[in-house]
Amino acid sequence: MNQAIRNVWIAILVFFTAIMGSLTYIQFFAAPDLNANALNNRQLYRDFDLPRGAILVDGEPIAESVASDGDFKFQRVYHNAELYSHLTGFYSLTFGSKHLESVMNAELTGQSDSQFYDRLVNMLSGGTNEGASVELTIDPKLQRTAYNLLPDGVQGTIIVSNPKTGDILAMASKPSYDTNKLAVVSGSQSTTNMNKILETTGLSPNINPAIGHLIPPGSTFKILDTVAALESGKYDLDSVIDNPNSVTLPGSTAKLGNFEEGICSGQSKAKLSFIIAQSCNTPFVEISQAVGQDALRDVTERFGFGQQLQVPLRVTPSVFPADLNAAQLAQSSIGQFDVKATPLQMNMVAMGIANDGVIMKPNLIKQVVASDLKVIEAPKPEQFSTATSKEVADKVTELMLGPVQSGTAMSARIPGLEIAAKTGTAQIGNTGKVNSWITGFAPADDPQVAVTVVIEKVDYNTGHNLTSPSMKKILEAVFNK
Amino acid sequence: MSDVTTAPVPRRNLELGLLALALAVVTGANYLVSLSNESGVEQKWLTQSVALACMALAVHVVLRIWAKYADPIILPVVVALNGIGLAMIHRVDNATGDNAASRQLLWTGIAVVAAIITLWAVRDHRILRRATYIFLALSAFLLVLPLIPGLGREINGARIWVGLGPFSFQPGEIAKITLAIFFAGYLSSNRDLILLAGRKIGPLQLPRYRDLGPMIVAWLVSIGVLVFQRDLGSSILFFGLFMVMIYVATGRISWIVIGLAFVAVGGVLAAQFMSHVTRRIDAWLNAFDPEVYNRAGGSFQIVQGLFGLGNGGLFGTGLGNGRPDLITYANSDMIVAALGEELGLFGITAVVMLYVLLVSRGIRAALGTRDAFGKLLAAGLSFTIGLQCFVVMGGVTRLIPLTGLTTPFLAAGGSSLLSNWIIVALLLLVSHGARRPAAVGLLTEPEKAGTAPGRRPHVPAAAAAPAAPAAPKEGAR
Repeated sequence: MNQAIRNVWIAILVFFTAIMGSLTYIQFFAAPDLNANALNNRQLYRDFDLPRGAILVDGEPIAESVASDGDFKFQRVYHNAELYSHLTGFYSLTFGSKHLESVMNAELTGQSDSQFYDRLVNMLSGGTNEGASVELTIDPKLQRTAYNLLPDGVQGTIIVSNPKTGDILAMASKPSYDTNKLAVVSGSQSTTNMNKILETTGLSPNINPAIGHLIPPGSTFKILDTVAALESGKYDLDSVIDNPNSVTLPGSTAKLGNFEEGICSGQSKAKLSFIIAQSCNTPFVEISQAVGQDALRDVTERFGFGQQLQVPLRVTPSVFPADLNAAQLAQSSIGQFDVKATPLQMNMVAMGIANDGVIMKPNLIKQVVASDLKVIEAPKPEQFSTATSKEVADKVTELMLGPVQSGTAMSARIPGLEIAAKTGTAQIGNTGKVNSWITGFAPADDPQVAVTVVIEKVDYNTGHNLTSPSMKKILEAVFNK
Repeated sequence: MSDVTTAPVPRRNLELGLLALALAVVTGANYLVSLSNESGVEQKWLTQSVALACMALAVHVVLRIWAKYADPIILPVVVALNGIGLAMIHRVDNATGDNAASRQLLWTGIAVVAAIITLWAVRDHRILRRATYIFLALSAFLLVLPLIPGLGREINGARIWVGLGPFSFQPGEIAKITLAIFFAGYLSSNRDLILLAGRKIGPLQLPRYRDLGPMIVAWLVSIGVLVFQRDLGSSILFFGLFMVMIYVATGRISWIVIGLAFVAVGGVLAAQFMSHVTRRIDAWLNAFDPEVYNRAGGSFQIVQGLFGLGNGGLFGTGLGNGRPDLITYANSDMIVAALGEELGLFGITAVVMLYVLLVSRGIRAALGTRDAFGKLLAAGLSFTIGLQCFVVMGGVTRLIPLTGLTTPFLAAGGSSLLSNWIIVALLLLVSHGARRPAAVGLLTEPEKAGTAPGRRPHVPAAAAAPAAPAAPKEGAR
């Protein structure tokens, strides 16, 4: 009997040895994998129990963590949520974090390199790590003006920036949503809310349209054609260029015409000033062939096409397609075919022309302020690229006065303010819908702001009535006219 | 008289010293838990620790009076486990705002009183053998109890509870003990018959068909528990208990082979036809499949437990610094995961070692006692503790499918505490019987042990010398 009892004891030892082996495997060998598992939300829970820094606009929080009696010690609260949703993004237990909440996470949680010393002190003194606040370059009044200019039910974006510093003063898009709805603790509630948000056409909490929508830029692209033309030396402000009502695209039977019933038909040969003011298409067939796609692509890249850029939100690179045949090049030159640009890209085009050919890196972050109010980061204005020469930029500025004075953007006119701008209307296939653009800056002789308005997927009249008049309202707000 | 040098000593002072050590550890743990409380340090740690110390000392004093030769290590180990459990339940309370620790302390008190009553009433474990068939009837009654309409309660799909007003109780926990007593009594009386007969095939000595009867009954009872009460854990426990006890009684490995075959048949049938078993197996195999993870009754619980253990790593987060509240049932079924998270691999290893120590001392008592009934009882009860630990911890660590058993002494749950403390009382009594001077059972003066003729049993009720096949037949009177 005793032998059997000893065997039972050995069996029990085997049981416990197996348990020890299994525990050792989990807690030592598999622990890194378990901690990194996608289903593991312990890190997120840890973060949710920490005071997270605020996102500020002009000193006022638009996102902040307030003490909570709920499941976590803090609850993220967004103020004027719809106004800023595409900038702040969300901080959600269910969906993670997005936009500034994501890219500035290290600063907001106090984990960034510049907060290393504070972390060290806290570790030794037992204090909690408090996140830093992130103050934006956004001007709240301009942001509200821009947001309100976009009617509900329309997909549109307005960007206002300072071409001398690259500071983004307003970046508003519609449709928008209430970020608080995704910050609720309940997983089922936030999922329901997310699904409701996604029902809205053109709205995704994961995409900021200003930097994430790739839209055919239409005639605003002609600014870049003009830069390439002037740089080539083959054209100047005095050059007289053929302006037929319609041309057959080279190597093709397709035709490309000027806008029907447009003023372009008034001059069969025209100077660039007339062509830009009235946004005639046919001259750019000739210009694009004369300049060549390599020179044109070079210009687009200097202005930012195809470049990686973080503001610090990641900007989707705009596209000027490769290996174009002659017909495709002609269509590309009027911002159609497969040319696609983000609203911010076309704002950068205006910024470059406004700032004597130098594009300052667009930036949303004014400063990062620690919980003890010490400024730990304050980005200095940074040059993004030298897009063109001052000489060319000055000439293009002069040309861009035309549309507002006497051309396609007359409804943006403000007495006593010289506005340089270029409109664009990109047809979307045969849908009858267009993407309507305007991008420009003012005052022309000493630019303070670059403004870009895009209305996506609307009929021509709606777009036309929203772009130039919106620019006017923005400039009135900026200059208090 | 060379026997004098080997004469047993009570060793109660060693027990007292070890108890002090256990209580120091437990008090420290409880204090740390209080420190981490959100609403400031509370005094609960003090009341908890003092109450537990009083209970432990009460048992210690009772042992000095009625079972002075009992094993000196069992009680300190049990107090340590019970106290660590209390501290962890207290800690989970802090996170969830519950008050399970106070209930657990109350139940500890009830359990300790029950253990003391057992020590006082039984005195000598051999008297239990006289009531072998009464314990069979009691076991049947306890097992059927939860199925009685109006009395039984179903919690989380398992119908193993009996409700009385605000209290609920698992009679199956007590049935574990009564069954062990019945098996021990039955097998010690009938082992000769079972041993003698049977045909031999190769190395296996097969039992006669009619001797298979009890095993089939045990198997049917286990399947019944699984089908009608939907409790996989208890089902495994009952059958494992019987299998081991018949193996110990006969020393024949064939019983284990036959038993495992029965388990295999039962397991395959259950996995095929019982949805709750199928679900558990699926959650075990495909734990990290997001679909299984998110499903109601899926692998959320086990995966959260694994995340907790992983988060703890080697050294743990420290008491109060983990997130055991993210794990469902962190203070009962999943308490091992909660402990592993906050105490780390090193801490949980210490806890497992306590169990190894406890079970080993129980087995030691089984080896040391002179009667077959005592051997079977102590081995069976020790094995249930070991098996229960294996089933729970194996489930939590994903070694085997997770079943809803409690971790002995650690987990929140009154029924389990009560039954395990009674088991400990019985183990202490068996060890006392094993180590006391042989004449004590007859003579009133243990001090004369020095003159007692060694360890040879002169006690009539002591059924047999170890492994002696010719057991006297007076057992089942």
